[in-house]
Amino acid sequence: MAINSKIPAGDLEKKWEDYKGHVKLVNPANKRNLEIIIVGTGLAGASAAASLGELGYKVKVFCFQDSPRRAHSIAAQGGINAAKNYQNDGDSVFRLFYDTIKGGDYRAREANVHRLAEVSANIIDQCVAQGVPFAREYGGLLSNRSFGGTQVQRTFYAAGQTGQQLLLGAYSALERQVALGNVTQYTRHEMLDVVKIDGKARGIIARDLVSGKLERHFGHAVLLCTGGYGNVFYLSTNAMGSNVTAAWKAHKQGAFFGNPCFTQIHPTCIPVSGDHQSKLTLMSESLRNDGRIWVPKKQGDNRKPTDIPEEERDYYLERRYPAFGNLVPRDVASRAAKERCDAGYGVGASKMAVYLDYAAAIERYGKIEAGKQGLDNVSKDKIIEMGKEVVKEKYGNLFDMYAKITGENPYEVPMRIYPAVHYTMGGLWVDYELMTTVEGLYALGEANFSDHGANRLGASALMQGLADGYFVIPYTIGNYLADEIRTKSMPTDHEAFVEAENKVNARIQQLMNIKGTKSVESFHKRLGKIMWDKCGMARNAEGLQEAIAEIQALKKEFWSDVKIPGSINEFNPELDKAGRVADFIELGELMCKDALDRNESCGGHFREESQTEEGEALRDDENYKYVAAWEFVGESDWKLNKEELIYENIKIAARSYK
Amino acid sequence: MEHTTINLTLKVWRQKNASDKGSFQTYNVKGISTEMSFLEMFDVLNEQLIAEGKDEPIAFDHDCREGICGMCSMYINGRPHGPWHGTTTCQLHMRAFKDGETVVVEPWRARAFPVIRDLVVDRRAFDRIIQAGGYISVNTGNAVDANAIPINKKDADNAFAAASCIGCGACVAACKNSSAMLFVSAKVSQLALLPQGGPERQTRVLDMVAQMDKEGFGSCTNTGACEAECPKEISLENIARLNREFTAASLASEE
Amino acid sequence: MAKENFLTSSIGKKLVVGLTGLFLISFLVVHVGINSTILLNDNGETFNTAAHFMSHNWVIRVMEIGLLLGIIAHIFMTLKLHFENKSKRPVGYAVIDGKANSKWYSRSMTLLGTLLLIFLVIHMADFWLHTKKALYITHENENSYLEVKEAMQNPLLLVIYIAGFFSLGFHLLHGFPSAFQTLGLNHKKYTPIIKAAGTAFSIIVPGLFAAIAVALFFGLV
Repeated sequence: MAINSKIPAGDLEKKWEDYKGHVKLVNPANKRNLEIIIVGTGLAGASAAASLGELGYKVKVFCFQDSPRRAHSIAAQGGINAAKNYQNDGDSVFRLFYDTIKGGDYRAREANVHRLAEVSANIIDQCVAQGVPFAREYGGLLSNRSFGGTQVQRTFYAAGQTGQQLLLGAYSALERQVALGNVTQYTRHEMLDVVKIDGKARGIIARDLVSGKLERHFGHAVLLCTGGYGNVFYLSTNAMGSNVTAAWKAHKQGAFFGNPCFTQIHPTCIPVSGDHQSKLTLMSESLRNDGRIWVPKKQGDNRKPTDIPEEERDYYLERRYPAFGNLVPRDVASRAAKERCDAGYGVGASKMAVYLDYAAAIERYGKIEAGKQGLDNVSKDKIIEMGKEVVKEKYGNLFDMYAKITGENPYEVPMRIYPAVHYTMGGLWVDYELMTTVEGLYALGEANFSDHGANRLGASALMQGLADGYFVIPYTIGNYLADEIRTKSMPTDHEAFVEAENKVNARIQQLMNIKGTKSVESFHKRLGKIMWDKCGMARNAEGLQEAIAEIQALKKEFWSDVKIPGSINEFNPELDKAGRVADFIELGELMCKDALDRNESCGGHFREESQTEEGEALRDDENYKYVAAWEFVGESDWKLNKEELIYENIKIAARSYK
Repeated sequence: MEHTTINLTLKVWRQKNASDKGSFQTYNVKGISTEMSFLEMFDVLNEQLIAEGKDEPIAFDHDCREGICGMCSMYINGRPHGPWHGTTTCQLHMRAFKDGETVVVEPWRARAFPVIRDLVVDRRAFDRIIQAGGYISVNTGNAVDANAIPINKKDADNAFAAASCIGCGACVAACKNSSAMLFVSAKVSQLALLPQGGPERQTRVLDMVAQMDKEGFGSCTNTGACEAECPKEISLENIARLNREFTAASLASEE
Repeated sequence: MAKENFLTSSIGKKLVVGLTGLFLISFLVVHVGINSTILLNDNGETFNTAAHFMSHNWVIRVMEIGLLLGIIAHIFMTLKLHFENKSKRPVGYAVIDGKANSKWYSRSMTLLGTLLLIFLVIHMADFWLHTKKALYITHENENSYLEVKEAMQNPLLLVIYIAGFFSLGFHLLHGFPSAFQTLGLNHKKYTPIIKAAGTAFSIIVPGLFAAIAVALFFGLV
């Protein structure tokens, strides 16, 4: 099957406008008869459900949590980008487009990214109208902050809780549609398969997680807004429930998986404290604005950080990348931390951490504050005290969080940080209309292979999720549904539904009947370790081949020795988790396969075979300037389809932050 | 941080399903690292239960484990989210407990939050309250430029402080009357403080309070327990604002 | 959306409690003011004059009916709320660490109120009934001061009264600021003042009542 990205012809700046001008429409009377299923209620899902409900479609929305408001978009901290140019600092749609393509290391599709930049400004307008309380200046206008990888201030934020505020905005719009009867909401429900009839997605099989019963739901179209798959690594900044199951079922039903190996490792997370660790907590990227990152110059230095004199500290980011210093993009900062720790310079009990130090910032802010207040001859202690106040105001909630988790006071001792899996740029391959390779099946937000190429810039995930849901899908879905107006709602006793349900049921029975000896959790941990060690921040052919073999063995063991307590027809979180881990295992194999196939380093994907003499990532545009769209053929068997990336508006260059 | 291990006795509420009567079960956990979060300690206990195969693992709600999704909900030693101020259960760490301590863990208790299993309760009543009016009716695409309406920074900041509610239900769990006033007042305040919320200001508060009462939450007697236990430290000022908004809207109402 | 009746809504009911509470507080001011004249140590002359005025002025007598209605409304609504609120948690907690998040007297308003009610019944039986009897039935020209003084010689009654004043103090300590909160009057600048005033009121008023009772018992006035 050849893939067609359906990119409209014409000038880059006009593509979306032209598309909207010529796209097929569905009249309001017909919309009432068209049913849409949306799985996932994060930024993409909630915004899509609300917008499509407003348009008059009959929408059913599903989430596995107890409320749509819990979706993990809620945890995004830093902000959301938009080309508003409110700061008059030279921002524009083109610059946002350019920064995103460059930040993604030239592995994203021009037309999609440009559209994203175009609608970014509408997102801010929409959110403000919904009552999202963005930070404001004293004059009452919106405030902006800067973020990594850009030279303009285009990030809108609500303290360190931007994702929460945006999600609650979308959630409230969704609840309004529920109240109006346009959307039906199914919480504590998990999608377990896509139902296809005559090659088109026509519904889903969902499981009520409270009763354990399987349900059949019809839809003229199905939208997957189910987020990323970072939990394949076991430890990540994702929520405990974040999973790949919906996307994976779609993949096995014919939706291609795009760039599965593209994973973002975020440089500033709180390090692992022991085997008990269940998840990792992110410390916002904004901390790198003021903090300085260092390790001791001496290997295995066990002194307290405050006892190590200035000249014995190695500020390695400032040393290696003088132009960007501590503000290099995430992938670069993460690899540099790993390099130091692997070389034996790591700190803390585990030696797998580096310091993020605020001492200099505290002193600097203290001096500024003393100057502001017109104080002379201020004692050093007083300056430090005033500096701490300023830092507290800017980053207080993050410092508190760090103190709660580690029991250390970050105002007094440097924070320990280490990179952690944060976001997956890969996902279901979609065309310009966000449709997967299965007709009528769409993927939005982090669930699709996305606009971020091989590395996502900070504050761009929220932008993409909301762009897809509010401003893209309401137009593009009409183009498909306009031809479906003659399709009546199908009764769910159709044989395709029966068959799909039987298949899902058989799998659940099979899982429950294994009655092995090892917990689901133990398999997940082992999978995570394989992935992190061999398909993590640095990858090589040998390791990836080993990983594939190990994962295949793990899969076998899982299906013969997993132990799931309880029964099927009850609230049984262990069973839910078992299904998800089984899918993660299969995905892990594909990720390694993709990483092995891509013998270049780009963005978050670093192949040790492909680096410069100084250890920097080396891209290979000659051979790998494509999206790898993997087609499921059979167990452990995939076919690679390539979507060549064409750059007509941007000149490809090597990324340098020196 | 000094890393030590502790042993605990846990008394946990076990209830197979909504219709089961339920009872406390006692478990011993050993060698718990003080670096663990409270939920990680439960993970350890659950792994232990699965290995032993006698009792089923304990069901509890949790998701983000970074204090923002509002899903975790344990009533620990007589307090929602346990002993630390302004902290969700997932952010509570075992440093808070002493070696040999007995810890009693119960689900949120309220008529409006029926138990689903063990420590998991049904909080959909909160969604229905939001459906009653916790929004601004603006369809996608109808918005004016975001800077068209300047908003006084103080109002914006107060709206944000109210909007930081995570909908966990600790306020209801803490309140001796199972009142949801703090939750409702946070949303009403956020939208009443912003000019965008103006057009629906009166109907919103009337509808949301009506729904709150219908769901079976109690009334507020100003003990302040909700504010003291709220992991996001939502202020009682919001409840006063809700009282004000509701009274004014009721008096002005033509129905 | 079906609208609720204001008075049956949770907030409306609370408003009734708050408003009647404030009304009762205003009565306390008058009551304590008049009683304090006993401390003038003028053999009850001022007190008797005031008492006579209070029982013969028709405005006050109309107010008295209002007061009675206020008390009844206050009691009715608080008891109604108490039982309604109780029903909102059919399965209780095994452990409650109440002191961690609230004051004991805030959680015990119904109990304190009930104690107050018992006290009130005793108090009314002692004085109010007596006064009314003198006023409407026997038409005696009574000396209220002597009556109070006599009654206060009973140590059991003194203990009951002191206990009643304690209940009143703690009831007010919560009720005073709480009424303002219920009315929606919460302000960064003024609420601390209201709270301080409430605390002062809750100490001074019951304190004065108690001081008078003690002084009478020991024959100091």
